[in-house]
Amino acid sequence: MSHFYTDVDHFALLPVILLALFGCAVFLFDFLLGERSRRWQLALVLPGLALTGWQLTRQGEIAPFTAFHGALTIDAFGLFFNWLFLVTAGLVALLSYRYLEVEQEHQGEYYGLVLMAQAGAYFLAVGTELITIFVGLETMSISFYVLAGFLRRSRRSNEAALKYLLLGAFSSGLLAYGFSLLYGLAGSTYFGDIAAAVAARPAFDPLTVLAILTVSAGILFKIAAAPFHMWAPDVYEGAPTAVTAYLAVGSKLGSLALLLRLFLGPLGAAREAWEPLLIVAAVVSLTVGNLAALTQSNVKRLLAYSSIAHAGYLLLGVVAGNATGWRGVAVYAAAYALMTLGAFAVLLAVHGEEMTDLNGLARRHPATAAVMVLFLVSLAGLPPTAGFVGKYYIFLALIEAGRYGLAVVGAVYVAVALFYYFRVVRSMFLTPGAAAAGPVAGLSAGVRVALGVTGVLTLGAGVYPEPLLQWAVRAVLK
Amino acid sequence: MGWLTALLALPLVGFVVLLAIPGRAAGAVRLWANAVLLGGLALAAPLWTAFDRGAGGYQFVERAAWIPSLGAQYLVGIDGISLLLVLLTALLGPVAALASWNAIAERVKEFYAMLLLLQFGMLGLFLSLDLLLFFVFFELVLVPMYFLIGIWGGERRLYAAMKFFLYTVAGSVVLLVGMVALYWQGGQQLGRATFELTELLRAQLPLETQRWLFWAFFVGFAIKVPMAPFHTWLPDAHTEAPTAGSVLLAGVLLKMGTYGFVRLSLPLFPEAAREAAPVLGVLSIAAILYGALICLAQQDWKRLVAYSSVSHMGFCTLGLAAMNSNGLAGSVLQQVNHGISTSLLFLLVGYVYERRHTRQIGDFGGLAMVMPRFAFVFAVAVFSSAGLPLLNGFIGEFTILQGAFVVNRAWAAAAVGGIVLGAAYLLWLYQRTMLGDLRNEANRELPDLTAREWATVLPLLGLAVAIGVYPQPWFAVLERPVLELAGRLGR
Repeated sequence: MSHFYTDVDHFALLPVILLALFGCAVFLFDFLLGERSRRWQLALVLPGLALTGWQLTRQGEIAPFTAFHGALTIDAFGLFFNWLFLVTAGLVALLSYRYLEVEQEHQGEYYGLVLMAQAGAYFLAVGTELITIFVGLETMSISFYVLAGFLRRSRRSNEAALKYLLLGAFSSGLLAYGFSLLYGLAGSTYFGDIAAAVAARPAFDPLTVLAILTVSAGILFKIAAAPFHMWAPDVYEGAPTAVTAYLAVGSKLGSLALLLRLFLGPLGAAREAWEPLLIVAAVVSLTVGNLAALTQSNVKRLLAYSSIAHAGYLLLGVVAGNATGWRGVAVYAAAYALMTLGAFAVLLAVHGEEMTDLNGLARRHPATAAVMVLFLVSLAGLPPTAGFVGKYYIFLALIEAGRYGLAVVGAVYVAVALFYYFRVVRSMFLTPGAAAAGPVAGLSAGVRVALGVTGVLTLGAGVYPEPLLQWAVRAVLK
Repeated sequence: MGWLTALLALPLVGFVVLLAIPGRAAGAVRLWANAVLLGGLALAAPLWTAFDRGAGGYQFVERAAWIPSLGAQYLVGIDGISLLLVLLTALLGPVAALASWNAIAERVKEFYAMLLLLQFGMLGLFLSLDLLLFFVFFELVLVPMYFLIGIWGGERRLYAAMKFFLYTVAGSVVLLVGMVALYWQGGQQLGRATFELTELLRAQLPLETQRWLFWAFFVGFAIKVPMAPFHTWLPDAHTEAPTAGSVLLAGVLLKMGTYGFVRLSLPLFPEAAREAAPVLGVLSIAAILYGALICLAQQDWKRLVAYSSVSHMGFCTLGLAAMNSNGLAGSVLQQVNHGISTSLLFLLVGYVYERRHTRQIGDFGGLAMVMPRFAFVFAVAVFSSAGLPLLNGFIGEFTILQGAFVVNRAWAAAAVGGIVLGAAYLLWLYQRTMLGDLRNEANRELPDLTAREWATVLPLLGLAVAIGVYPQPWFAVLERPVLELAGRLGR
């Protein structure tokens, strides 16, 4: 009877095993079959995700439990985020098929990397041990470095990949340094021990503060929050659009899960030390993201800046520091995933990224233009959409915590955001399109499905948010 | 399904069905949208007789769970105040649709889809008795109105549409924070979190809290009304909007602001409201006089009507600032009156514009000779708007002045100055456009009102006269809720 790898350990790891297996299968088939494998790749990816989903469901039946002596904690929180990752990866796979065909870069390893990135993100949501987390984070990040440069013949894609790699490696270094400090404090890499060590020291202990500074710098980089956001606009703009969507949702939410786990868990006792830090990061993110987005003419870049602003809102939920705030972060994360993927799906449908590419879309394809309005309204945070519910919760949490000033700041930026989001609406509906603009190029079956799913859920979660709220309540109930 | 839910659902169902009609079949789209809106009017009108004037509280209440974990419900119901505004909305919806029959030739399907969605939002707002539901409808009207102005508007439509949208949203996000804060504070007091209006009215909020909340709500509603100095979006939006947009904007959307005061701000925060009354009063007087003075300087017919709204809505808010039963009743009735008379003015400007494609007052003159029926209707609209006795405007303004006089004689005196100015710019407008010689040859062949145009103005004319001659039934509807509100305010 070995205690090294128990059944529970295996059970906790199964989703990752499945993801890695299917990812490797994609690599292998691509290598062995070459051209002929292309059309089967999606047929391999989607069942792989479905099986992973099945395992997550099974985990949900007996959660919460820990595995590997506490290195993994499978609880409602982790499952919530893992379901988000799963849906995101599935939608990204659906979105990518036609896009890669058109760009003539239809290589099997793309889908393998998508699955590998998700496997890495899995550990960010359930990991409660520093090395496990770091390995997961790097697995995810390295997959993204490659994905960002996937359009090998495109200079911008190469530039994006290099930028992301260099800055990402730097931020990983900072994070690793922070982790080593935490290890130094506690003499252990397990969250439980770290929590005890941090609690035993004063909040403003120099070592703790240094650890918090470096760890937050690393994580804020990954979630693209100011002042560590500089890479985001360039990388988002240069990366293949389908990858940008994945990056904006998968990478950001994965790192957000890590931030929540770490700051509300082992670093919770040092709240006084990190709270001002996150407040500044949140307000600066809101300001930088929203103001810089105002003048963008490239929609991918605009969405990059807006995603910085969304990181600000998510951080505000963490700052509020009450149950409502955590719920708000969960709801906001789900809403963010839906509406962001939807908006990118529209860009993929028209196969363009400049504001002018959307000109006259309402004429060319009214249904696509209409759902885009829905996503933009949701991104801005107006009812009746999922985005409104998310913002509502964040504001409620701030008010419960007595932080009226932050609530007003967050609310006022809604009006600013509306201005740039509705510039997109304007070009779709109010600006006549070029005469040559043909029908919508990239509206494949996969994109249609993705648009339908994200559209229905964005509106549905806004009109009848109760199921989403219940789910979020369970996710943070601890 | 209850009466009010059916009334509310009708435009939404109409909207969904409309989406299924192919866009090429413009005739079918027009017919369907008009039929749906007329059906809505037919459904709403019997509320007038079925409404129990002696009963307190809300009637025809329907309740269903919506977001239990937030304490938000689908809760609709009406009292006398909302009854009048619901009826006004139900009437102006089909009027606006019918007025657009010929004017809108492009993107017809999208136009009527937006009109139906707008109708849904407007009705929902006046029916809601749950704050979150109220807020959802408050925001819901913005998107269709943005498109109405932005797609079918005048030359500067893009600018006007965005300005309207941004101003209103900037106000409403502050309102949202206020509502969430009220929800939280009220929940603390009541022991359970709820958005239900009647529940929240039971909470006894300390004055300090009331003040903060009142001013947060104030920002949202004052921009919507709009009160001076937040009125600068209005002239652009009203002028650039297509006729249907102007009618609904002036007729209904502005009332969302004043209705917000009556339904939420005043009863929820009575002490803070009493404290703020002088500010409201002064701002109202400023709007009345400033709006009127600007009107005197306008060269653009439609812009003049737009600015007159600033002045007339000033009367509505002045009645609110008086906070006694006369002021409040006058204010609500004047909201309806303004909806009638300004809609008439916008319709008529629109009809002239369709014929001549200019709105410059200088291009007209002597129209009474070529379009006598038009000139007659316009005369009634002008007199009604100027507050001539025996027409609706008079009775509303008079009641508001009664209310204001009791509170502060200076207010009443200044407001009377506003009435004089109002008569001046409106009669001057009439003189410059309708009377005198036919200076411009292009105007000689202008056809008079068509049957369809008559159909849009007649109901409004009828109401203007009916309210003016015999206002008693309208005040009777308002009596209970207004007395209750005045009682809450301690006046």
